[in-house]
Amino acid sequence: MAGSAGKRPPPLSPHIQIYRPQLTSVLSIANRISGILLSVFAVALVSWLIAAAAGAQSYAVIEIFVRSRLGHIVLFGAAFIFFLHLCGSIRHLIWDAHYGFELRTIYASGWAVVVASVALTLITWIASVALTGQSR
Amino acid sequence: MSGQRRRSPLGIANGAGSAKHGVEHWWLERVTALALVPLAVWLIASLIAHENGTYGSAIAWLKTPTVSILMILLLIALFYHTALGLQVVIEDYIHSKLKILVVAATHLGCFALAVAGIWATLRIGLRG
Repeated sequence: MAGSAGKRPPPLSPHIQIYRPQLTSVLSIANRISGILLSVFAVALVSWLIAAAAGAQSYAVIEIFVRSRLGHIVLFGAAFIFFLHLCGSIRHLIWDAHYGFELRTIYASGWAVVVASVALTLITWIASVALTGQSR
Repeated sequence: MSGQRRRSPLGIANGAGSAKHGVEHWWLERVTALALVPLAVWLIASLIAHENGTYGSAIAWLKTPTVSILMILLLIALFYHTALGLQVVIEDYIHSKLKILVVAATHLGCFALAVAGIWATLRIGLRG
């Protein structure tokens, strides 16, 4: 390395990987990741609309996937990701209105986001099973 | 870079985003988020309610004027919000000259998807 000492990259200051994950940091990155994943489902929504506009044949292709076991798992995951982003965003909107910045409130609202996302996903799943009469 | 030094402070700041234009991005991300709260909940609830339906029932639902209008409003808010949100992510992680191209491609892609979705909704809604 003696010859290439001048080309050695400068040392970097410690980054997020040295910190212990906390509820606040985990929810922060979760809101970003869920947002990115939801943009994939936004494409799926447009695909569904175009398939519906194109006619019964193309709609049937989408329907086969939606009604499959994999389709159910993907939709269940999508529901959780959606509710996580929804609840996280509402927490952000409340912060934007200058409320809830005390440390205790930040943790309380954080856990509220987790509990509400799980509860809403389960309610969605129960409603879906009740309405379709399937035990999946 | 002697050319760099000859530029005025305003010349350097121009195009790099100013205090006035940054607020627009932040504000519109919030406005679209606010619009999406009821619209997205409406969509999820409707999709569950129609989960067992056929192609015919899906079309009949989409043809309703209220549904068509709400769907178009949803698509506008959704893809506006997606473009603004993805832009922030891109700006945080891409630091090369590629950044502006990726942001532009993302914006154009979101615009195209919104137009495609609105076209499909109108086609279903306005077909006799």
